[in-house]
Amino acid sequence: MSSTPNAAAPHGAPASPVAVRVQAIESLLVAKGYVDPAAIETLLDTYEHRIGPRNGARVVARAWTDPDFDRWLDRDATAAIASMGYTGRQGEHMVVVRNTPMVHNLVVCTLCSCYPWPVLGLPPVWYKSAPYRSRAVADPRGVLAEFGVDLPGHVEIRVWDSTAEIRYLVMPMRPAGTDGWSAEALAELVVRDAMVGTAIVSLPSGEPS
Amino acid sequence: MNGAQDLGGQHGFGPVRPEADEPVFHEDWERQAMALTVLMGPIGGWNIDESRAARESLPPAQYLSSSYYEIWTAGLEKLILERGLVSAAELEVGRPLQPRAPIAAALSADQVGPMLARGAPSQREPQAPARFAVGDQVRTNVMNPATHTRLPRYARGKRGMIVMVHGVHVFPDSSGVGQGENPHWLYSVRFDAHELWGPDTTASAVYVDCWEPYLEPA
Repeated sequence: MSSTPNAAAPHGAPASPVAVRVQAIESLLVAKGYVDPAAIETLLDTYEHRIGPRNGARVVARAWTDPDFDRWLDRDATAAIASMGYTGRQGEHMVVVRNTPMVHNLVVCTLCSCYPWPVLGLPPVWYKSAPYRSRAVADPRGVLAEFGVDLPGHVEIRVWDSTAEIRYLVMPMRPAGTDGWSAEALAELVVRDAMVGTAIVSLPSGEPS
Repeated sequence: MNGAQDLGGQHGFGPVRPEADEPVFHEDWERQAMALTVLMGPIGGWNIDESRAARESLPPAQYLSSSYYEIWTAGLEKLILERGLVSAAELEVGRPLQPRAPIAAALSADQVGPMLARGAPSQREPQAPARFAVGDQVRTNVMNPATHTRLPRYARGKRGMIVMVHGVHVFPDSSGVGQGENPHWLYSVRFDAHELWGPDTTASAVYVDCWEPYLEPA
C-alpha cells in the first residue's frame, strides 16, 4: 500500500485518493501562507452551525404573520431579509417567488449549484446533482413526484433557473389550520425543501388540519 | 461553453434521490475542499465567474463522473496552478518547493465573518438606460461561445417575455475570461415551456436570468 502520511484514515482504513489529494492541497496552501487553519474552522463553523434553512424558515414565518414585512419582500427582498440579519455570500440579490393555489414555483441551477446560502445554508447533494439539474426545467412534475409531491393538474408550474447572481426563495403557502399560530411555531413547520419548491408545508401528521 | 455543466434538458441521469437528514458534508475532505475554495478566492485574485469557468472546463467525462466537491477540488487545483500560486511538483508532495507568490496575506479567522456577510454583490450603477421593460417580447441569441456564458443551451434562440428588470450586473461572459466586469442590464425572462421543449414537458414556464447582450427584440 502506498504511504499516505498526510491523509486522515480513520479506523485504519486507507484514505480515498481524493481525500489524499485535498489533504495535500490544504497542507501546501497552509504551508505557503495562503490559508490560515483557524479561518478554515471559522468558515466551516458558520455553515455547519450558524447558517442554514432555519434562517429561511424564520423569513417565511414572519411573512405569514407580518403583512408589512410580506410586502417589503415584494419590494426589496434583499433588504427585508437583511433586516433579519441574513446577508452576504450567495444571497447578495434576493427575489421571493410566491406559491398560490394556482401557481407552484421550483428553483434550480442547471449550470452549477446557485442557491441562497444566507437563508438556506449550503445546498443538499440532490440539488447539485445531474438528475435534478437536468430534469427540473423540463419535467418538474416528474421531479416533484420523486419528492412525494403531487400537484393538481391545473396548477401552473414555474421553474426558476438561477443563471445569474439573483437568488430565488420560494414562499410556500401557509397550511390551513394555523390561524393564530406564532411566527416561532410556524417556522417549525417550514422545511428547507418547501423554500426550494420540492415540498409543501404541512401540519405534522396526526394533528388536525 | 457547451460543457458538461450545461445540464438542463439532458436525459438519462436517473431519478433524483433526496437524502433524509442529510449532513452538511458527508466526508471530511469535502469540508476541506469547500473551505479552501472559499478562502482562496479573495486572495487568489479570481472571481466567481472564473471559478465556475474553471469547473466547467473540466473534460465532460471527468465532470460527469465526479462528485460535487471533486469538481470543486479540480477547479481549485486548476486555478492555483494557472495563477502560479503553487507548482505541480508542490501539489504532488504537499509542501512548498518555491517561494510564496506575492499575493495578499491569508484571511484570518476574524476576517471570515465579515467577508461572508459582505459577499460579492454583482450589481453596478447603470451607465445607460435599459433596452427592455417588463412585458417586452424578446428572443435569445443563437450562440455557442467556447468560453464562459450563462445562457443555457436549452434557452438559446427562444422567444420569451421580460418579467423582471434586475438592474445592471457584472457580465459573466466577460468577467469569467478575465476581460473585466463589463456590466449589463439583467432581466428575468419567462419562456413558455412549450417554446423550449415542444410537447415534452410538464412545466408551464421556465424563467432564466438573461443579460442584455443575450437578447434581441422579438
